[in-house]
Amino acid sequence: MNSSNGGSQAVRIEAVSKVFGEGEGRVVALDNVTVGIRQNEFFTLLGPSGCGKTTLLRLIAGFEHPTGGEILLEGADISALPPYARPVNTVFQSYALFPHMTVAQNIGFGLEMLGKPRAEIDRTVDDMLQLVKMTELKDRHTNQISGGQQQRVALARALAPHPKVLLLDEPLSALDLKLRKEMQIELKRLQNETGITFVFVTHDQEEALTMSDQIAVMNNGKILQVGAPRDIYDHPADRFVAQFIGETNFLTAELASRGKSGTQVKLPSGKSVAAALPADGRTQGLVTVVVRPEHARLTKVKSKAALTGTLENIVYFGTDTHYHLQLEDKTPFIVREQNQPDGQAPYREGDQLGIEIGADAVQVLRD
Amino acid sequence: MADAARSPKAFSLKRQPGFSSLAIACFLMLYAPIVVLVLYSFNAGTSIAIWEGFSWRWYEAAWQNEQIKDAATRSLIVAACATTVATTVATLAGLATTRTGKFRGQTAVFAIINQPLMVPEIVTAVALLIFFAIIKVATGYTGLVYLIAAHAAFCIPFAYLPIRARLEGMDLTLEHAAADLYATPWKTFRRVTLPLLWPGILAGAMLAFVISLDDVVITEFVKTAGQDTLPTYMLGQLRRVVTPEINAISTVFLAISVVLVCIFFFLNRKG
Ligand SMILES: Nc1ncnc2c1ncn2[C@@H]1O[C@H](COP(=O)(O)OP(=O)(O)OP(=O)(O)O)[C@@H](O)[C@H]1O
Ligand SMILES: [Mg+2]
Repeated sequence: MNSSNGGSQAVRIEAVSKVFGEGEGRVVALDNVTVGIRQNEFFTLLGPSGCGKTTLLRLIAGFEHPTGGEILLEGADISALPPYARPVNTVFQSYALFPHMTVAQNIGFGLEMLGKPRAEIDRTVDDMLQLVKMTELKDRHTNQISGGQQQRVALARALAPHPKVLLLDEPLSALDLKLRKEMQIELKRLQNETGITFVFVTHDQEEALTMSDQIAVMNNGKILQVGAPRDIYDHPADRFVAQFIGETNFLTAELASRGKSGTQVKLPSGKSVAAALPADGRTQGLVTVVVRPEHARLTKVKSKAALTGTLENIVYFGTDTHYHLQLEDKTPFIVREQNQPDGQAPYREGDQLGIEIGADAVQVLRD
Repeated sequence: MADAARSPKAFSLKRQPGFSSLAIACFLMLYAPIVVLVLYSFNAGTSIAIWEGFSWRWYEAAWQNEQIKDAATRSLIVAACATTVATTVATLAGLATTRTGKFRGQTAVFAIINQPLMVPEIVTAVALLIFFAIIKVATGYTGLVYLIAAHAAFCIPFAYLPIRARLEGMDLTLEHAAADLYATPWKTFRRVTLPLLWPGILAGAMLAFVISLDDVVITEFVKTAGQDTLPTYMLGQLRRVVTPEINAISTVFLAISVVLVCIFFFLNRKG
C-alpha cells in the first residue's frame, strides 16, 4: 500500500501543515499530513465538514501555501509555484464559470492562456464539448444553461488543458440525487478515457466507496487511513473511520495468542476468534474490535456461537432486516441479514440467540 | 411571509390613508421647480417669471454667446480629464482595498479615499486655493491643470463607491479559476476582473463626470481669471441681469445628465 516508488506518484504530500490565523483565532486546518497519490488514480478525500479537505485541495492548486511540509508533483517540489504555473486544474464546487464568456470560450480559456495556436484550441474545445456532450450548447452563455450542464462545462474547462492532476471539490453536491448518480458514472468514464489523476473531495461515504480507487479518510486536519474502498470498509484501522463509514459494532476484547492461524482475540463471551490487526496497533492487552452487521449471523444454536444476546428490536428494510441485540454485558450489537423470499421472520423479539461471526470479520482498532 | 400575504388585514404602507397624497406632494416638491425652470427656458419674453409665449430664442442666444461656449468647452475638458484621472485612481484603489488581504490601517485608507465626502467643501476649497497659490508662485504656471487636479481629487470618492461595490460583489472564485487555468495576474485582470468590473467603472466615471460638471465652490476658489466653467459663469451672470438664457443652459445640462443616466442604465441592463 505504502508505495515507496516515488516515480509513479502523481502527487506527494509530505508532512504538510496549514495553520490559519494566530493567537486566539488559530485554526490548525491540516496537521502534519503525509500521503501519496498514484498516477491515473481516482483518489478521494473523505471526511466530515471542516476536516480540511478543501484546504488540502487548495494547497495542491496553489491558492494557499503550507505552513510546513512539501508538496511534490511528479517528484518536483511545487510548494513555491503560483497557481497559474502548476499543471493542475480545479473543478470548483460553485463551478466558477466565467459569466461573460460562452460555453466554448470558457472551455478554451486555459489553452488560450497557455498560448496554444487557435487551430489547436478549436480542435480541443470541440473534443471536450463532445466528451461532455455539450456540443449543441457551445455558443450559449453560462447563465443560459442548467446546473447539470454548468457542471459539465466546468469539468470540460478543467480537462481541456490536459492537466497532470484534476482536483474536484465536492463537484456533485449541488446536483439532485438522480443527476448526481448520472454524473458519478460520467466522472468515472471521463477519468478512464483521459487517464488523468483525479483528486476528488466528498463528505458522502457512499459516493467515495462507489467511485474511488483509493480513499483517504480525514478528520480534524489529519488523514486517519488510506486504502482501497474495500480495505477501508472491511478493515477500518481507526474508531472514527469505522464509525464514519457504514454501520458497525464495537466490542471490547483481549488480544490473545498470535499463533500460526494469525491473531486471536478473546471476546467478552469468553470465546476466541481470529482477528485482523492494524499495521501500527498494539500487540497485547485490551483492544476495541469492530464487526460489520452484515458479517455476523444469528443462530438458534448458542453453544457454538461466538457471542450470545437477547433480541430487542427487529427493523425491516425491504432488502434486509436489522436485528438489534443486547449482549450479556449490555453492549448493543446489530446483525443484518438479507431477507429471504419465504417472507417469514425467523426470530422474535425477546429470543435468546447466538451470533456467529464470519471468518476475517473481526478487525482490531488502533486505539 | 406567506401568512401575512394571506391575511386580509396584512400591513401595507400603500394602503395607509394619505399615502398617495403624501407621495404626490413629495414628487411635486422635487420636480415642480425643475418643470418651471424648463418651461421658462422657452419663454419668448425676457423675464424668468412672466410667460409671454413659446420661442427657442434663449437657446439660440446661448448658442451664439461666445462666453458660454468658452465656459462649456472648459467645463467639458475639465470634467473629461478629471473623470479619467479619478476613475483610474478609484479603480486602482478599489483593487487595492478589496483584492489584498486585510492590512493594518485599512480603515484609515478608506477614510483618506473618502475624505472629500467628509471634509466640508469650503475647507477643501480654501486649502487648495492656498496650496495652488504657493505652487503658482514657485512655477509660474497658471493653466487648467490646477482645476483638473482639484476636480479629480473630489471626484475620486464618487467614482470609488460604485467600483468598490462591484468588486466586493464579484465572486473571488472566478479570479481563482482564471489563475488555475494558467492566467497570470495581469491576464486574470484583463480577461476576467476588468470585463466584470466594467459596469462599475462606467457608473463611477459617470458619477464623477456629473459631479465635476456641477461643481461651483471649489472651482470658484481654484480658477484664475478667465477660467470660468459653465456653473461659475452662470453664477456670475446671476449677479447681473437674469434672463431665461440661464434656464436654457440649465435645461441642456439637465438633458445631458438624463441622457447619461439612461445610457448607464442601458449598459448595466446589458451587462
Ligand atoms: N481562510 C481561512 N481562514 C481561517 N480558517 C480557515 C480558512 N479556511 C479554512 N479554515 C478553517 O480550516 C478548517 C478546514 O476547512 P476546510 O474548508 O478545509 O474544510 P472542509 O473539509 O473542506 O469542509 P467542508 O466539507 O465543510 O467543505 C475549518 O475549521 C475552517 O474553518
Ligand atoms: Mg470544503
